[in-house]
Amino acid sequence: MRTPFFAAVVAIVQKDLRAELRGRDLVGAMGIFALLSVLIFSFALELDRVARVEAVSGVLWVTVVFASILGLNRSLALERDQGNLDALLLAPVRRGAVYVGKLVGNFLFTLVIALLLLPIMTVLYGITLFIPALLLTVLLGVVGFTTVGTLLATMTIQTRAREALLPIVMMPVALPLLLTAVRASTGIMNAAAQTTWLPWLGILVALDVIFLTMCFLLFDYVVEE
Amino acid sequence: MSTGMMTALPKTTTERKSGVRFLAVLTVITVVAVAAGTYIGLFYAGRDIEQGDVQRLFYLHVPSFSGAFIAFAATVVGGIAYLRTRNPKWDTLGLAGVEIGLALALINLVTGSVWARPIWNTWWNWDPRLTSDAIMILTYAAYLMLRSGIENPEQRRRFASVYGILAFTTVLVTFLIIRIRPDTIHPVVFGPVLTDASMMATQGDFELDATAGVGLAVGLNTAIWSMLVPWVLMWHRIRLENIASRVNALRLKLMEET
Repeated sequence: MRTPFFAAVVAIVQKDLRAELRGRDLVGAMGIFALLSVLIFSFALELDRVARVEAVSGVLWVTVVFASILGLNRSLALERDQGNLDALLLAPVRRGAVYVGKLVGNFLFTLVIALLLLPIMTVLYGITLFIPALLLTVLLGVVGFTTVGTLLATMTIQTRAREALLPIVMMPVALPLLLTAVRASTGIMNAAAQTTWLPWLGILVALDVIFLTMCFLLFDYVVEE
Repeated sequence: MSTGMMTALPKTTTERKSGVRFLAVLTVITVVAVAAGTYIGLFYAGRDIEQGDVQRLFYLHVPSFSGAFIAFAATVVGGIAYLRTRNPKWDTLGLAGVEIGLALALINLVTGSVWARPIWNTWWNWDPRLTSDAIMILTYAAYLMLRSGIENPEQRRRFASVYGILAFTTVLVTFLIIRIRPDTIHPVVFGPVLTDASMMATQGDFELDATAGVGLAVGLNTAIWSMLVPWVLMWHRIRLENIASRVNALRLKLMEET
């Protein structure tokens, strides 16, 4: 007898959230990394007032991507090292449910970091980032990154190189997402006309759908045996 | 599915004489065709009025990308077929597609760079097209790294197939990007341009004059480099892989006997 799809998803998400509340393995490390990265960027780029406006969305997205890679590696490494991945695969649930469960967990953790970055960057860079359209872009971008990342991290964590391989394998595949997300958020931050950034948001939605479908279908093959 | 896994020696095309002969004939045809295409590009087609002889690089630049496109698409086909059938030969096709595609993509990149030196006055700029092309090449380099990081052959084939399918998105982005990003200076030669017409003034617009034999040179070379070159090279690569695995199997057998 199989556990229904959504019940399994909810159970996995609950497990991840509970483990995170007790251990704080992921969000702590990701948060500190994200904060450091924003500070390092502002020193390294020596941004003046004008250059800041141009660079701020790039800084935001690069930080989010690297923080998500950190979190994904950690999340899947925990599953594997404690033998929980095997247990999940032995359980009478569909493989797709395992994928969606892990995806939702990773998505929530990365979203927390991204939402944390917005006020911090608003203060540090002096640009208001609390714009509804920008929040939507962040949401869509994080969906895309964690969709690709959850699949690839499940793969790379089973290889010899382990954590080192995920950034190499994930960055190029996630590039279309990064490109559209940066474009859309630059337009939104600079209060440009809606016609300039709305198409990018549309492409982002399309990419999210494509990657979700592809990764959901391919996940079965990544966790066989 | 996995009939006669390790017990039987892997067959190679050397055992099927007709296949080898056909490959040899096809190789000769390809070499002659490439030579003819190059000749037409270098001598028959007219000299470009604005760009001079540098423009002739174009007869290799576009065809090599179309060849790479075919090879990377073959990887997708191989990946899907492997995941469905679990026949290792499809994974060999995937690997061959990546290696041949990488070689052709590098030809495309180098010729583009050489062309850009006199025309754009720089070997490289961070144009969206160039950036996404470089990232496409790195993606397939990552494919090879992923393969070498996995010891279990069955797992390696499975992961490589999955990644080969996903990696194709970067090829599509590279292909489409000059059509959706308005700030590129890379010329669009084929296909519709989605950006508005005012952008064409800033974009390096290629005026192809069909009377000067340019159309023939482009069409012929693209046909040769997409219909012959990647296929023949992939076939050779698959044959090499089969021979290598046969040698390994023979070596193992020899070690068992001694």
